[in-house]
Amino acid sequence: MRDLTKELLELVRLASTDLPPDVEKRLREAAASEEPGSAARGAMDTILANVALARGNSTPICQDTGTPLFFVRFPEGWSPRSLREQIKAAVAEATKKTYLRPNAVDSLSGKNTGNNLGDEHFPTIHFEEADGDTLTVELILKGGGCENVGAQYSLPNDALKAGRDLEGVRRAALDAVYRAQGEGCAPGFLGIAIGGDRGSSYIASKEALRHKVGDVNSNPDLAALEARITQEGNQLGIGPMGFGGKSTVLGAKIAPTYRLPASFFVTISYMCWAYRRRMMTVSGEQVSYE
Amino acid sequence: MPTTLTIPIPESDIRRLNVGDTVLVSGTMITGRDAVHKWMADTFINQTRTPSGDDLEVYAAIKPILDGGVIYHCGPVVGGLDTRQYRFVAAGPTTSIREEPYQGAVMHHFNLRGVIGKGGMAAKTLQACQEVPAVYLHAIGGAAPLIAGSVQKVLGVYKLEFGVPEAIWVIEVKDFPAVVTMDAHGNSLHDGVRQQSRAVLDRLLA
Repeated sequence: MRDLTKELLELVRLASTDLPPDVEKRLREAAASEEPGSAARGAMDTILANVALARGNSTPICQDTGTPLFFVRFPEGWSPRSLREQIKAAVAEATKKTYLRPNAVDSLSGKNTGNNLGDEHFPTIHFEEADGDTLTVELILKGGGCENVGAQYSLPNDALKAGRDLEGVRRAALDAVYRAQGEGCAPGFLGIAIGGDRGSSYIASKEALRHKVGDVNSNPDLAALEARITQEGNQLGIGPMGFGGKSTVLGAKIAPTYRLPASFFVTISYMCWAYRRRMMTVSGEQVSYE
Repeated sequence: MPTTLTIPIPESDIRRLNVGDTVLVSGTMITGRDAVHKWMADTFINQTRTPSGDDLEVYAAIKPILDGGVIYHCGPVVGGLDTRQYRFVAAGPTTSIREEPYQGAVMHHFNLRGVIGKGGMAAKTLQACQEVPAVYLHAIGGAAPLIAGSVQKVLGVYKLEFGVPEAIWVIEVKDFPAVVTMDAHGNSLHDGVRQQSRAVLDRLLA
């Protein structure tokens, strides 16, 4: 099997230093919507200048390079075990090259491993065998500030008057945006899962963030709800960094998943404005990035 | 026009600042986040643990830097770890609210004039801002290379055993950009935004 460590290192570099065009475009729109001279506009202009600087210097957009979340789709014949080793080697090398901050901390001793390699959950790697002969590796870097404001609701929730329906999902999502205030580095993007158990619901909420910003949900009801949560989230007026302003939520993606009769979870993963997401595609000898 | 603040910052400069003012901070400051605040509180403020290792030396070294000075909630990406020719590659603020249990006491103990971070802090810190006096300065979260550019020099590091993000980095900054979001007069931009957004949420969920 081919050694892709070098190509994976490039994937990590890209993800950490070069914000995807769909995200940057959305940030530009958000900046333009804020009043010139306002703190919100100042924050957005600073963010955009920073994005350009990070790209130009090949340095991390944010010092919190987060949990590396890998999603690998591999054709028959590839070995997940050796891909894991290659990903780990690339992550360690990226840390040495300061594309990543050493972020893996032993929860008991407090010791930082220094190379971003912890246990089987850090970095997080999801494998899926797929049809065809194309290998894709997606990488999302999700920082701790936004991870900490993620939330899970068990419906019905009396305080929010949220029942087990899409209206209940709307209520839970808006409550999560309110509670996050500016702490998750607003303006942010929401990955929302409906259903699952507690664990699979969080995973599904992160998988929802694999979509591009402009993707439209194939379910029209969910597409409408995504638009409504985005629009009402912005009405909250929390604004960039929580300074107050028009841009609070830049997009929402909803993923329904199966649940037990007894459970109805709504899980919100909040992604900060530094929505670092890149994909590498290996097709024959060709390796491309988007 | 931004207000220039030079460390050590005189009390009078702090009292002149109001929520919404933009500032440029220059001088020597330290980074400190979760592990550092807990270490300060446990070892020197509440004294629930006995100083060990180089604790007392580190304390003696940072005390004069913090007197009239600034602590920065930041876990940087640092280059030059192998050669000890340290440089900040990316150095935006981390979320400050996690330090709320400790911050007020740390501000009093070290006579801080400023706390730099992101996301704002709560009632205990706002009260300390009035008493010490001090301000909470909001940097742009995620603006890591941009802020790293205002770090002129890494003067040294303590407690590297806490890990690179959690260590105490002593840095010399020039024109570090931030916005006053909690002032020494009891005002907090964060309280205002929270109340307004609560009112809108109540309406949306009515």
